[in-house]
Formats: sequence, structure tokens, C-alpha cells
Amino acid sequence: MNKKTDAMIGRGRGFGAILPCARGYVFPTVITPVLMIFEVAMEVFIPLLMAAIVDGGLYRKPDFQLKALFPPELIADNTRFILTLGGLMIVSALLSLAFGMLAARTAAVAAMGFSKNLRHTLFQKIQSFSFKNTDKFSTPSLVMRATADVNNIQNLYMQAIRTFVRAPVMMVLAAIMAFRIDSRLSLIFVLCLPVLVLVLIVFAIFGRPRFRIFLKKYDDLNASVQEDLTAIRVVKSYVREKYEKLRFNASADDLKKAHIRAEKLFALTNPLQLAVMWTCSGILLLLGGDSVLGGTLNTGELVSLLTYTNQVIGSLAMVAAIIVVLTMTRESVSRITEVLAEVPDIPENDSELKVESGEIEFKNVCFSYTASEDNLTLRNIDLHIRSGETIGIIGGTGEGKSTLVQLIPRFYDILSGELRIGGRDIKDYSLYELRESVSMVLQKNMLFSGTIKENLRWGDPNASDEEIERACRLACAHDFVSAFPDGYDTELGQGGVNVSGGQKQRLCIARALLKKPKILILDDSTSAVDSRTDESIRKAFREFIPSTTKLIIAQRISSIMDADRIIVMEEGRISDVGTHGELMERSEIYREVYTSQHKEVRENA
Amino acid sequence: MRKTEAKGERVQRNIKKIRKSPLHKGKNAANRPASPIRTLARLFKYYGSCRAPFIAAVIAIILYSASTIAASYMMRPLVAVLEEANITREAAHAKYLALLIGMAGLYALGVITNYILNVLMLKCAATVLCDLRKDMFDHMQDLPIGYFDTHTHGELMSYYTNDTDALRELMHHSITQLIISVTSLIGVVAMMLVLSVKLFLIVAVMGVIVFLTVKYIGRRSSRNFARQQKAVASVNGYIEELMEGQRVVKAFNHEEAAVRGFDERNGELCTAATRASTYANIVGPIMNNLSHIFYSITTTLGVVGLVSAGSVLIAFLQYIRQFADRMSQISEQFNFVLLALAGAERIFALMDLPADVDEGDVVIEKNANGEECWRVPREGGGFDMIPVKGMIELHNVTFSYDGKVDVLKDISLYAKTAQKIAFVGSTGAGKTTITNLINRFYDISSGEITYDGIDIRRIKKADLRGTLGIVLQDTHLFTGTVMENIRYGRADATDEECIEAAKIANAHYFISHLPEGYNTMLISDGANLSQGQRQLISIARAAVSNPVVLILDEATSSIDTRTELLIERGMDSLMQNRTVLVIAHRLSTVRNADAIMVLEHGRIIERGDHDELLKKKGRYYELYTGMFEMS
Repeated sequence: MNKKTDAMIGRGRGFGAILPCARGYVFPTVITPVLMIFEVAMEVFIPLLMAAIVDGGLYRKPDFQLKALFPPELIADNTRFILTLGGLMIVSALLSLAFGMLAARTAAVAAMGFSKNLRHTLFQKIQSFSFKNTDKFSTPSLVMRATADVNNIQNLYMQAIRTFVRAPVMMVLAAIMAFRIDSRLSLIFVLCLPVLVLVLIVFAIFGRPRFRIFLKKYDDLNASVQEDLTAIRVVKSYVREKYEKLRFNASADDLKKAHIRAEKLFALTNPLQLAVMWTCSGILLLLGGDSVLGGTLNTGELVSLLTYTNQVIGSLAMVAAIIVVLTMTRESVSRITEVLAEVPDIPENDSELKVESGEIEFKNVCFSYTASEDNLTLRNIDLHIRSGETIGIIGGTGEGKSTLVQLIPRFYDILSGELRIGGRDIKDYSLYELRESVSMVLQKNMLFSGTIKENLRWGDPNASDEEIERACRLACAHDFVSAFPDGYDTELGQGGVNVSGGQKQRLCIARALLKKPKILILDDSTSAVDSRTDESIRKAFREFIPSTTKLIIAQRISSIMDADRIIVMEEGRISDVGTHGELMERSEIYREVYTSQHKEVRENA
Repeated sequence: MRKTEAKGERVQRNIKKIRKSPLHKGKNAANRPASPIRTLARLFKYYGSCRAPFIAAVIAIILYSASTIAASYMMRPLVAVLEEANITREAAHAKYLALLIGMAGLYALGVITNYILNVLMLKCAATVLCDLRKDMFDHMQDLPIGYFDTHTHGELMSYYTNDTDALRELMHHSITQLIISVTSLIGVVAMMLVLSVKLFLIVAVMGVIVFLTVKYIGRRSSRNFARQQKAVASVNGYIEELMEGQRVVKAFNHEEAAVRGFDERNGELCTAATRASTYANIVGPIMNNLSHIFYSITTTLGVVGLVSAGSVLIAFLQYIRQFADRMSQISEQFNFVLLALAGAERIFALMDLPADVDEGDVVIEKNANGEECWRVPREGGGFDMIPVKGMIELHNVTFSYDGKVDVLKDISLYAKTAQKIAFVGSTGAGKTTITNLINRFYDISSGEITYDGIDIRRIKKADLRGTLGIVLQDTHLFTGTVMENIRYGRADATDEECIEAAKIANAHYFISHLPEGYNTMLISDGANLSQGQRQLISIARAAVSNPVVLILDEATSSIDTRTELLIERGMDSLMQNRTVLVIAHRLSTVRNADAIMVLEHGRIIERGDHDELLKKKGRYYELYTGMFEMS
């Protein structure tokens, strides 16, 4: 029971890391086992009362349990004696009931509180993650950890505080009773201890990897369902339902195998416990019978000894059961501590520095998603953007346009070079301040459950209705929003499903404007908006937020040709910078794109 | 940009529809199963596929219970031998040993049957769960697209997680425990009846009290379990949503607000869970102590002479304890059973939803010359073979998602073989809806759509869709290699054909530069590729399916103009000899269409080719020049 069992019980780093989550629930956590001890005391006391009723009251034996507690004249009056004992038993039962119910409550409060804190800690941790961190785990897996795994731990916690003290106390009390009767025979259950321990070690060693595989397969199955649901239109369009079914069936069969493999081991625990318990009983009866016949032990004592032995082993089995659950839960714990131990890729700093202007400067910036020099997404970017400038960015797919702008609010950190905003290195600012000053409308727009107004207030929690309306007018969203029966109080479903793509983009722009940023970045965020609306949005930008630096990534050249300068990106490099006129003259790529989009119109117009 | 344009309004409207569906009703009806017996019976049918092991398991359970009851019963003669006065020590010893061996045999039987029942029940549970999952997924695949448009993924996923998890608990532990408890209870009751009918009446009273208590607690408990489940769903939904929108959260410094929002939901979950768990935990102590109280009442009654005292009473007292133990075991399982049955009921409700019917009798067959033909049965026997040409006609098509608001009104158009028809118009004009109707994701309300002159409602859906190649606005790729993803378009395509298709889509170049080329694994919807690269693969996927009719729904919206130029060349050859329907915002992509339909509010307001429409100086002209005015 030294190092190995210690690791098995899990007092190691794993459980230690999540124990602080009990804060605020220490009292119920501690009081539960205490109440449990009282309950156990009653549980040991009540059988003694029962024995007294039977032996003293009904059999009228001269010697019986608890005899010393009662005055002889009471024992003499049989009816009164039995009634007294009965009454005492009812009182004890009520007491035990009270302790039991209280413990049920405190255990629930402690366990649920613990899991609440654990979920909170996890969620907070996840919120501090950079994208690199999140990419490492994948969203579905993080969701599973924060739900299913926390649930497993919560169940363990509850079981642990209810049983972990109760069972040993029970065991000790029962053992004392047994030793008082016959110390030699009582050694039997000392013998069965190593057997149980050995069995547990075996389970811990073989069980855990099997459970890991089981959980993994379960993850896989859910992931495949999720994938199918997301792509159901593709599945149906290509008439691949049968193929999907086959794929799923294979996944389900895999899971079934892993399931049986993992649980099969634990199907052994129950019969093994019974085997140990009954073997002990058998040996006890065999040896005890001899003693009784030999006259060194009486029958009643033998029966009591048997009861106590069963109680000892029963308690042991309970501890064993918890250890089994612990083994299974350890996998969940390590999945959670893995998240908690993850160091946020982009550390926060406490700088009080304010972003003074929307000036941006890239100095020989290189960037790689894999943080390796050999796999650069951006190379040697040199660029100086003055405050209030409007910069258009065009370039092919995967040439690094989105990557470039994502460096500005530090969604990712640069690999080498220098990135300055308002004349200071961006690492000098706190993330909060930096992102307060940079507003970004993303390619993958997202609105959240709640009303339109609530969504817009993400930009500024204190925005007045007038400010919200103004931002929406700038983003050309006011007209359609006011056309909704509930106007700005219209509820949006998850992902904002009840507005069209173009409307969603306009709402996202309004949300970004409400932040009153120093730098506004639009990453291909008007692609679903028709050209005319697109134009009026840009016109509004020019007129109403002239001092804000604007970076616009677009596919449509018309969306950027009126910019102060246009950047042409190619293979992670800036291929050219200039005005529309300049680029038309010297950039072949630019000219090619322009021509393809506009030639015929010019001819026709 | 996750959803297609017309979907927004559709979803809004369809929400009313689902509210009426039986499934939705089932979901709202909290967590108490509406008809537990029927659900249980249906669940039980699933054990049919593992009938032999299940019957064996039940026999094992009964043997196990019987052997433990018998073994505990053996204690009496065993003790009696030791107490016996007029017998020699040797004789007593021999008798005692014989009894002990018998008892050991019973115990051995108990251990063995216990092992067998555990393993068999595990196998049954795993098999039944596996079958259930497969059936569920099978049926889900056959549901009409409207179902997926009206339910969130979280909602659909909960069938595979929450509901099956509850069932797993039930099948692993509760069922075994219940059968053991019930068998033992029957044994105990039988023993009690044998001992004293009069005493048994007392126990019957106890049974009633226990039942009422369980019912009372159970009601509270299941109410709180329902509340807990709801809170769990809300917490999960919140996490999922906020994770999906992580970029926005970061961009808006919304982390703290997100945590606050989470804490609110988390707190509600904690409250509900604490209550539910309290009720579940107090059942044990209540049952346990009720038995003690009954014990003392029985002895008291015995003493005051209401019932016969003596050894019968003593034996009886032992059984009271066992009786109470079994009752409390059964009642402890009660909640889990209810919870699991509620889940099972939801799953069955899903399986009972009407599947997408495919009543078409027109199928594709090769004629004598090896050409693909529609095999159209004639009335009164025989059939016609009509070559597959890809001619699509819409005659006065009107369509509404909810039966109230028409999304398309009186649309008539035709697309002759190998023509390119383009649809333009503002968001929500109904462009995507038209394609949804042609591939019969939805059925039209009135009018007629024909394919090579055949009403598409007569054509088998699988064959109809097999001739259509679709590239959707949202690209969705699957976990697997690039090659597998391209082959998704046609299962029997060779590697060469897939590569050829990739070349057509101009995806070959970037694919060959991936770390492992065509064998590069794509993970979670192709997250390791750029949006444009994913789009290229989905175009290759359409190319490999070699469709007669090609539908491009904003297919090139995420591809920059340069890449698009490259694709266009390939697309031109892909489009040759095919009917092509294009939906686009970007007018430059539809210039060379044979006909352009300008849609507004569900009607075609202009039609003609590019030049005609420009000359007309109508809406198309406005749209087109609107974007040019900006310079």
C-alpha cells in the first residue's frame, strides 16, 4: 500500500490540481463525513438493540447485548422492557434518519458546488486561451471536458465524501467488535485484505488505458455524427446516406468493442468481492464451528462474528468500489487538468499604456502558424500605415491576407520582426487595451443568442439606444432592423440563424463600430452584401469615422479601389503597395484582377 | 455566412411547424416518460438481437438471487447443529461439515452466476446501445432536409450523448439491480408468507407506506431532475456557442462578460442539481430507517400478543430487514429508470418521425446503346426509355416553407441541355430555394418541375440527385484524406479520375503541395485548409460526380478573383455538355450565362442574356453598374 496504491488512489498531481475547486464548500464537504459517522454509529447501535430485543426480550437469555445499559428491574418486566427497547429503537432510527437526510443534503451541496466551481474554473481558463491553445484541443473536445468529464468527477466527489470516511469508520468499529469476541478468528479478514488490494492494483493498471480508449471512441462517434449533421446537404446531394450509415456503423461497432473491453474488467469486481467475502465467511464458519463444538466459543458469538466480518469486508468492498470509480474518473481528471495546465499562448500583461493613435507599423515581420522558420505564412512584411488611412488588401486565396490582419489584435503572435501600434510595440499594451482599440469584423461572422440590441452592445455595453441606431445607420442595418416586428429587440437564435448572410454581416459591422475603435478591420466582411449597400457603408466610413484607420480585405476590387493605398499580397509577401492608379500601371496581378472584374462592364457601359 | 440566404426566413417560419411536431412536444414534456410501459416494451424488443445471452443472463440473475437466499437460509440449520444437545461431537462435526459444504456450493454458484450475469448483461447493454445508435442514425439520415433546418445541432447531438448515456446507466446497472432486487423480494415475500400470513399483512402495510414515500419523493425528484437536465442543456449550449464564437469574444474583449453569463447558467445548474441529488440521496436513509421502525413495531405487536411470538417472529424479523433492503434498492433505481425511459422515449419519438418518402417509379437505366436513360413505366404496363439530357423546366412553380408566405411565386423557366442559367438578386429573393426544389430537398406547393419532360416527383430521389452535382456556398468536407473527400462525389471513382477532377477544379496544384499530397488527412471540416482551398476541393468533388446538371450556389464566393480565373478555365470544360444553374452575387461570374434570371421577392422580374439585360436598363443594369459607379 505504498507508492503504487498512492498513485492509484490518485493523491498525485491530478486530483490535487482540482481540489481547490472545493473552496466555498469546505464546510459541507467536511460535515458530510461527520454526519456519516453519526449515521454509522447508529447503524452499529441499532443491531445491538435488535439483538437485545431478541435475546433479552424474546428468548429471555440471561446474557445479551447492551445488558449493562438497563436496570435489572426493567429487564425483569418483560413487556415493559421490550416496549422500552422498541421505543429506543424508534428514537435511534429517527436520529439516524435525521443524520442521513442531513448528510444527503450536505453531500449534494458540496458535490454540486464543487462541480460548479470546477466548470467555472475550466470555462474561465478556456476564455484565456489563444487560438493556438484552442486549436490544440478542438472545440467539441473542450465541450466534452467541461460537461461529461466534470460530471464524472462530481459523481466521484459525492461518493467519496459520503463513503470514504464512512466505510473505514464502519470497518474499524466492526473490526473492534470482532476482535473483542475472538481475536484469533478475526485475523481472517486481515488475510483477505491483500487479496483485495492486489485485485485493485490489477484493475488500476489494466483498466485505465481501456477506459481511455473507450472515451476516445465515444468522442470519435460523436464527432462523426456532428460532421454528418453539419454536412447533411452534401450527404443528401451526393446520395451518400448509405455510405454515411456504413461509416457510422463501423464507428458504433468500434465503440461497442471498446465499451465491452473497458467494462469487462469491472464486471469481475462484483463476483470477486463476493468470492472474498464468502470465502472468509466459509473459513470463519469452518474454524468457528470447531471452536463452538470445542466449547471455546458460543453460537451467538459465532453469528455475531460472521456479521461483523461481513461488515468489515462490505466496507472494504465499498472502498474498493470507490477506487474502481477513481480509476475510471482519473482519465476524466487528467483530461481536465490537461486543459487547466495549458499555458495561455499569449500572456496577459498589466500595462496601463493607452493606444494613442491608429498608426500601424510592420517591421520585417515573419509569421508561422507552426512557429517554424521553414513554414512561414508571412515573410518580411514591411508596412507603415498612418492613422486614419484607408488600406485595401487584395490577394489570392491562402496568400496571407487574413493572417496579416489577425496579428494586429494579437490573435497570434509574430515569429520575428516588430509590430507597432501608435508608435509602441503591441506587446507593451495589455491585451484588453489593444483589443479595445482594434475592432475586427471577421470572415466567419458570429452573432449570439439574445436580442439584436444585446448583440450590438458587445461593442459597447453602455451604448445608448441612439448610439446603437447611429451605428446601425452607418452599417446600413437600421432599415432592415426596424422592419422586424420587434425591431432592435428581435431575438436571434444560436449563430443568428434568423437573419440572412448579408444582414448578419451588416450587424457585425455595426457591432464593431460601436466600439469606436482606433483601427477598424474588415476581413472580407461585406461579401454577402450587395454592391450598392457595400458602397454606402464605405461612404459612411469616410464621412463619419475619418480618423479611424481602416483595413479592408476584399475580393471585389470595387470594395477597395477608393482606398488611400492598396496592398497586393502574394505568397505571404507584400507584392505591391499603391493607389488604384499606380497599381493599374505597375502591378500585373492587380491589373489582371481588375480586368477580369470590370472589362466587360466598361465595354457595355 | 454559415447558412444560405433564404434559410433565415425559412427557419423562422418553420419553427412554428416543429412546435407542433410530436418530438418537440415530447421534449417539452419534461423528463417524465409519457408512457413508460410502452417505451419499456419497445426498448425490450431491442434485446431480441441478443436474446440468447439475455435469457441466459436473466436465468443467471435468478440463480444468483436464489443461491444467496438459500445460502442465508442455510445459516439456521447450521447454527441448529451447533446448538443440538443430544449428539456426539463427531456426528455433529460431520453434519456441520456436510452443511457447510452445501453452503459453500451455493456460494460458489452465487459467485459464478454473478460473474456470468455481469458479463452477459454488459454484452447485451453494449449490443443494444450499439443497435439503438445505428437505428437512430439510420433513421436520421432518411429524414427530410427540413428536419435538419429546424433543429440545432446541439439538439440533435443530445440524442447521441445525454439520452444514450442515461440508457447506458439503465442497462448496465439499473436493470441488473432491479432484476436481482425483484427476484430477491419475491423470494423474501414467499418466505414471509410461509412463516406467517398475519405478520405478512404488517409487511404489506409497510410496503404501501414505502410505495407512497417513494412516489412522493420520486415526483419531487423527477421534477428537479427535469430542471437539472434543462440547466445542463443550457450550460452545454452556452459553452458550445461561446467556443464557436471565440474569435468574436476575443475581438470584443468579452471574456469576462462571457464568464459572467456562464456563471449565471452554471449557478442554476448547481441549484437544480443539488435539489435533485438531495432527493435521490435521502431515499436510502428513509428506507433503511423505516425498516428499523417497522422492526420495532413488529416486535412490540408480537410482545403485546397481537401476533404469535417466538421463533417465528424472530425469523420473520430477519426477513423484514431483507424486505426493506430490497425495497430501498428498487426505489433507488426508480429515478434512474424514469430518467432513462424519458431519454428512450425521445429517441423513439425521433425514430417515429416520418422518413423522407421516395415514391418515385422512374429510375435510371442504361439502354441497349449504353446511354443513361430514364426508365418511365407506362400506365398499364411497359415502359419508355427517355435519354438523360438534363433539361429542366419549371412551370408556374409556387412554393412556401410554411404554407403561409410564398417564397417563390409563379416561377416559370427552362434550362435546355448544356445551357447555363444564372440567378441573381438580393439576399432573400429566393435563389437558393429554387435549387432546393430541383433536387427535391423540399417539394413544391403548386406548379410542376420537369426533368427531361418527366415530373420530378415521379423520379426516384436517389437517381434524381445522382444526376445533379452541387457545390454549395458553405463548403463541408469530411474527416479523411483529400482523395476520399473528392471521391465523395462518386463512390466508384478511381484515383486517376479523382486527380483528373482536381485538375479540372485547379485544386491539383495546391493538393500536390500539401505535406502528403492526396493522402493528407483533413480534420474537422478541413480546418487545416484555407476557405478557398476547401472550396476547390468541393468543386473537384462535384467534378468527379460527372453530373448531368451542375448547380453552383455561390460556389466561388470565397475564392478570390485570380483563383477564380484559374478555376473558370477548368469549370468551362466541366460545364461543357452539362446544364448549369449558377447562383451568384458577383455579377462578373454570370456574364457568359445563356440566360440570367433576376429574382426579387420570389418572382422573376427580368430575364435575358447579359447584353439584353444591360440594354434593358432595368434592375440588372442597376445592380451591375451600381458596383461600377464607385470608382
